[in-house]
Amino acid sequence: MSKLNMVQAINLALQEKMKDDDGVVVLGEDVGVDEGVFRVTAGLLEKYGEERVIDTPLAESGIIGTSIGMALTGMKPVCEMQFSGFSYLIMHQLEGHASRMRQRSLGAWSVPLVVRMPYGGGIRALEHHSESRETFYAHIPGIKTVIPSSPRNARALLVSAIEDPDPVIFMEPKRSYRAFREDVPDKIERMELGKAQIVQEGNDITVISWGAMMRPVIKAIEESQKEFNASIELIDILTVSPLDEKAIIDSVMKTGRVVIVQEAPKNVSISSEIVARINDKALLYLEAPVKRVTNYDVVTPYFSRELDFIPSQGRIKRAIKETLDF
Amino acid sequence: MASALIAYEKKSNKNKLKFDTVKFYFNKGQNMPKKITNRFSVSYLQILDENGKVDKKLEPKIPDKDLISMYRWMVMAREFDERMLKLQRQGRIGTFGPSIGQEAAHCIPAYLMNEKDWMVGAFREAGARLIRGETMEQALHFYNGYEEGNAKPEGSNILPVSIIVGAQALHAVGIGYSLKYRKVKDAAVVTFFGDGATSEGDFHEAMNFAGVWQVPVVLICQNNQWAISLPRHKQTRSATIAQKGIAYDVPGIQVDGNDPLAMYVASKEALERAKSGGGPTLIEAVTFRMMMHTTADDPTKYRTDEEVEGWRPKDPLIRMKTYLINKNIWSDTKEEEMRAEVKKEIDEAVKNFEANPSFDSALVFDHTYGNKHYTFEEERTEFLAERAKEAENVKA
Ligand SMILES: Cc1ncc(C[n+]2csc(CCOP(=O)(O)OP(=O)(O)O)c2C)c(N)n1
Ligand SMILES: [Mg+2]
Repeated sequence: MSKLNMVQAINLALQEKMKDDDGVVVLGEDVGVDEGVFRVTAGLLEKYGEERVIDTPLAESGIIGTSIGMALTGMKPVCEMQFSGFSYLIMHQLEGHASRMRQRSLGAWSVPLVVRMPYGGGIRALEHHSESRETFYAHIPGIKTVIPSSPRNARALLVSAIEDPDPVIFMEPKRSYRAFREDVPDKIERMELGKAQIVQEGNDITVISWGAMMRPVIKAIEESQKEFNASIELIDILTVSPLDEKAIIDSVMKTGRVVIVQEAPKNVSISSEIVARINDKALLYLEAPVKRVTNYDVVTPYFSRELDFIPSQGRIKRAIKETLDF
Repeated sequence: MASALIAYEKKSNKNKLKFDTVKFYFNKGQNMPKKITNRFSVSYLQILDENGKVDKKLEPKIPDKDLISMYRWMVMAREFDERMLKLQRQGRIGTFGPSIGQEAAHCIPAYLMNEKDWMVGAFREAGARLIRGETMEQALHFYNGYEEGNAKPEGSNILPVSIIVGAQALHAVGIGYSLKYRKVKDAAVVTFFGDGATSEGDFHEAMNFAGVWQVPVVLICQNNQWAISLPRHKQTRSATIAQKGIAYDVPGIQVDGNDPLAMYVASKEALERAKSGGGPTLIEAVTFRMMMHTTADDPTKYRTDEEVEGWRPKDPLIRMKTYLINKNIWSDTKEEEMRAEVKKEIDEAVKNFEANPSFDSALVFDHTYGNKHYTFEEERTEFLAERAKEAENVKA
């Protein structure tokens, strides 16, 4: 066991998989000599050399397009988008090729690549460095979209993502990169993709969240348990697509009350999908309307305003109370 | 005016790059093809060298008052950047990307633009933005994380800071198309981007569209040798960035970007070409990023002090000052007075900026769409209610 922050934990997974499999390469802007703008790729160039840790020219589409070629021929590229805000340049490669190669060839070809990208707000960054746009990726069939929330699950999920036979978008909540440390086992650990985690069990209400929102959610739950004397179940979604529907439905059937907390705007989002699945399979178990705490449907504000828009601990707590009292 | 660029081509062959030196061998030992259809060369322009020595044959005739004015703007850009770095260190603004060392490359073209011209920049031209009419207060608000800082300056065609590398070059070409379509007289577009941007597809598409459409656009690459940690030679194998124009039939020239006179001549000619229907120009301004990429970056991780120090004597400000002194139109006393004035202007702006109360957050709801939609009005109401509850919590 070592106490690691999320940056170190992700780095550990990269180290482990690079050691394990010489097909694993890391490529992106400033990932080599500079060790990534957040230092996630620290030490990799020194250990594995320029052939496996590639400082690419400045072209996101180029990074993913070439990675598709590598992945098609047995390599395992782990690409980095410097910030998720620059990843929209890879959409055509993802939608048009990476996601479809398997089906297009009836399984003869596959594209086992991972695209890591820091996402989300809260670090007082310039424009395009604060969005939470997981919905874009979640909407593409053939791609998995994973969002860890802590050092330990980040490490385990990244190991599994690299081992996965299909393209995985791995969105890293940059606000949590260095926010806290957690015990991470020395022995390699995996977490199945497509599975949510019941962080704590409870009977009165289910709170569902993922990524950077897990921190304020946990704090809001701690306070709510005391103040409202409630037994709260907490689900960390971890893979936003494909969604672990069963974990959600089982919990809703038990508690009958749900609050969903997401950093992204409300319109056509992961929370919309969760509500729809509850509606499909557990509507009659509900004792209160499903409450959503989300960002607003505005262009992501610049950093001096952003915290007014991202769900706060207070807002989450109020939503829990409202749903309990309904 | 006779073309200084062409004059320079005739004058010096030694800096010319030859593109017919690569031989294709189709059969072993045989040199094919025999017929060469095109030969290309790239010109390099320098008028005022590092020692402040001027090439008399190429020296442009610039009125003294313009020379002094351009120098003042470059000093303003330098002092402003330095103040921004200080404010950032003190936590009074957020992340900032200084352009220290690159003042000639962006201030001189901006100075040559008129109020009908459009400036479509990236993020490393704070000085050019001031010249084109942005106030320092606006820049301060922008770097302090408020949209108010990106609002259009009164009476000036300048687009907001564009952080997505390379994207703005295409906007410039579209604006150029529009100017041509509307037959706007005496107007052109100047777009700035870095060496790193030339790797993005958007740059190549912009060059190609500009060439095909023959639009009045000047594409200025501030080649500062680095894209964060990636050195210029790892960005592209091309010997110059100017030569990328050849593929798109966009006239390209490599200019000493730390030479204000060369930047003046090249930009003036490119603007004149654009405005007289001659189409686009690519200017590679060879310069150097003397500071960090942004305040979030640590350049000691990837480059040596020696490299940076090697560029210090090439500083465009030193060069311009020497030129002005040699012309007998400048002195240390004047310099002191001017620096004091500039600093006072900056002090004033910082004071005004900090006196400004923080802006209303709900304003964001007014500007996501041009037409109102009731669902967003409902969201605004919800937002305001949540903010009010939040404020109560803080009080309690
Ligand atoms: C599309 C895109 N990818 C990545 C980034 C992150 N980024 C910001 S500036 C920069 C380097 C730009 O280099 P260059 O074009 O040479 O301009 P310079 O910073 O040197 O002025 C990078 C990679 C970005 N802003 N946009
Ligand atoms: Mg550069």
